[in-house]
Amino acid sequence: MADQSQQLREQVLEAGSSGQQLNIVGGGTKAFMGRKAGAGAGTLSMAGHTGVVEYHPVELVLTVRAGTTLREIELVLAEHGQCLHFEPPHPGEAATIGGTLACNLSGPARPWAGSVRDQVLGIRLLNGKGEHLRFGGQVMKNVAGYDVARLQAGAMGTLGVITEISLKVMPKPAASATLVRTLSMAEAVEYMNRRAGEPKPLTGACWVDGKVYLRLAGARTAVEATAAQWGGDLLPDGDGFWRQIQDMQHGFFNHPEAPLWRFSVSSTATLPELEGPWMIDWAGSQRWYCGPAALSNLEPLARRAGGQVSLFRGGDRTAEVMQGPPEALKAIQRRIKHSFDPGGIFNPGRLYSWL
Amino acid sequence: MSSGARAGKSQLAEQFREFIDPDFVIMDDETLRPYECDGLVMYRALPMLVVLPDTVEQVQRVMRICHRHKVPVVARGAGTGLSAGAMPHKDGVVLSLARFNRILDIDPVGRTARLQPGVRNLAISEEAAQYGLYYGPDPSSQIACTIGGNVAENSGGVHCLKYGLTVHNLLSVEMITAEGEQVTLGSGGLDSCGLDLLALVTGSEGLLGVVTEVTVKLLPKPEVAQVVMAGFDSIEKAGDAVGGIIAHGIIPAGLEMMDSPAIIAADDFCHAGYPREAKALLLCEVDGTKEEVDEHIAATEALFRTLGATSIRTSRSEAERALLWLGRKSAFPAVGRISPDYYCMDGTIPRRHLARVLLEMEKMSEEFGLRVVNVFHAGDGNLHPLILFDANAPGEFERTEAFGSRILKLCVEVGGCITGEHGVGVEKIRQMAVQFGDQELQQFHEVKAAFDPVGILNPGKGVPALKFCQEYRSIGHGETEAHG
Repeated sequence: MADQSQQLREQVLEAGSSGQQLNIVGGGTKAFMGRKAGAGAGTLSMAGHTGVVEYHPVELVLTVRAGTTLREIELVLAEHGQCLHFEPPHPGEAATIGGTLACNLSGPARPWAGSVRDQVLGIRLLNGKGEHLRFGGQVMKNVAGYDVARLQAGAMGTLGVITEISLKVMPKPAASATLVRTLSMAEAVEYMNRRAGEPKPLTGACWVDGKVYLRLAGARTAVEATAAQWGGDLLPDGDGFWRQIQDMQHGFFNHPEAPLWRFSVSSTATLPELEGPWMIDWAGSQRWYCGPAALSNLEPLARRAGGQVSLFRGGDRTAEVMQGPPEALKAIQRRIKHSFDPGGIFNPGRLYSWL
Repeated sequence: MSSGARAGKSQLAEQFREFIDPDFVIMDDETLRPYECDGLVMYRALPMLVVLPDTVEQVQRVMRICHRHKVPVVARGAGTGLSAGAMPHKDGVVLSLARFNRILDIDPVGRTARLQPGVRNLAISEEAAQYGLYYGPDPSSQIACTIGGNVAENSGGVHCLKYGLTVHNLLSVEMITAEGEQVTLGSGGLDSCGLDLLALVTGSEGLLGVVTEVTVKLLPKPEVAQVVMAGFDSIEKAGDAVGGIIAHGIIPAGLEMMDSPAIIAADDFCHAGYPREAKALLLCEVDGTKEEVDEHIAATEALFRTLGATSIRTSRSEAERALLWLGRKSAFPAVGRISPDYYCMDGTIPRRHLARVLLEMEKMSEEFGLRVVNVFHAGDGNLHPLILFDANAPGEFERTEAFGSRILKLCVEVGGCITGEHGVGVEKIRQMAVQFGDQELQQFHEVKAAFDPVGILNPGKGVPALKFCQEYRSIGHGETEAHG
């Protein structure tokens, strides 16, 4: 529990004046993500900048320092029967909320609960000039000024050092149940979309190893009634299964040698069955593919499926790992980067080679 | 207007008429008049020109011409905004998107709708209803306001706490940049690569681009919705009851509060059967499956009883639910009947400060000699104090504005913000200096410049020039400002 924002600010100012670039590191659990870059850069450690700043359970709002671990946050929330509704993946014990926001990582409930980006209400941010800025706030509705807080989601630390985050939190569902049935990939896409269109307490829908898993969560009576109506086998340890999916500990992810690709596409899209294992999450909106490929070959497939592709883990990380924008948007993103970080100090090349 | 500007006007109109039906390039004062303000009628300006293109290519050409001549462009949907965000620039062009009113596609399986920006908010849900789907955000102007305007303002509504704001319900927007480039932000997937420009553009009040197409998510229509109405003999008790519901783990679909003057005005207006003696009224709507609603309604009634409700009534039919909501939904016209004019504020506060804020507002009401009526999105802390005034009484609107300004300052003091859903526009541009320091405002200006280096998109709105902020704070409005 320490506020190190002053030390962090001094480090940023010093880096700015000496031209030293900085890699921002929280728990260091997501080093596998993004591009391999910034070899000559120093490290700005967020690991000591921790602690809950404010938490009002009945307001459904939590404010924490960015280096606080997800585990600690979840323990604090659990005392009041609340949770991070977007189910952040824990790539390791030390995973922090700051890194989760910077990488925009959300778990299986994402289509229904929203993403970490959706739950952010406000941030404090050190920009490249060492200014400690405050955007958004601690209330659910706030439309004053541009939404710089949500802009940090997925920016991978390229715009500044997130020091503090206010988030919307939600009550834990009272009950849950997981239904399983065997279906092909194409059947599964159709089935998950159909179920997602029904007004039932669905909060998870994935397909892996030839089976569809649907999670129901909410009021006990509603979960039981829907489970009876929909049918399928009841998975005994449903919570354990979803925990594995959330933390990417499921057997599907256990091929560290092969590149892991993430397709973020229309939920109903059909993707060609490239050779290698596939997994579908988010009722069809997120597709994982494990196998050798080149980003430039996958991009047209993703585009045809209404979305984008990125190299999530492994493969050649000196090349681009994220689908790139057209020139007009590249120019805007460069100018935004320059406005926050004129000296190009933060996480150089981590998101794109040109940012 | 100088003769130079006049020449610019005809020259521009001529250029637009080369590719837009001349009937839709407006330059005479009489036809320009309806465009001089949005829903905040106290702020008016006559634009140089109004154009109503009906293809994306025409919008693109309008932008290119205006960019070349550095002519301000104010995009406009239905003009229902409440912060003068669509007020014209006197030397600029109003770019009306009213003719972009087609629903391009509804995908009932993928649960999305592709829309032109001029499609009315309510029309989306009406069209989606045949598939058992609807669009979540429901601002109270939903019968008239357009989805393009909703994107510009990041509009909310009664159901935000559970179903989110516009930003949570968008998949992508297609936009024409200040330089006339057509770009797509977001995608058919839920998350996108790179900087999240979609989040930045949502709620940017037309300062970053002109939206020409919007793809939204649709939700399955809940099986059942029921509302519990509860009267309380004090604001504090009603506020505690709101906290009690949430602490119990129930997230209501809608949770609204009205104070005593609002209850009486609304009940006089539409005879909803409200408890007229109550000091505060809560309307708590729960939706979901039949089983879930039964369970949560029973819990809500029990909680309200324990927490001191003096009356409780639960809707037992759709007609009764509609009746209970009617009073709340007619609160504004009801107040319109008891006062010649009213001014609607839009601050948001952490709910725990509700009683304090309402109490201080009562004191201010006496000090300014103006009545105030409160309706409140209690679930998410968004206050809508209505200040009653008479525009024909000399000095009364100025006093109203000063009162409003004090309310917004109070919202910031207790940790809230100056606008929950109406936007900054022209109206609240001075109060931006209360909520933000100069460094934040400077960062906003730089974000704006990244999209619009020449500064032609809706200039003078949203973010104040820094020198005005210093003046505003120096005359005693910004002493609460603590950071930056």
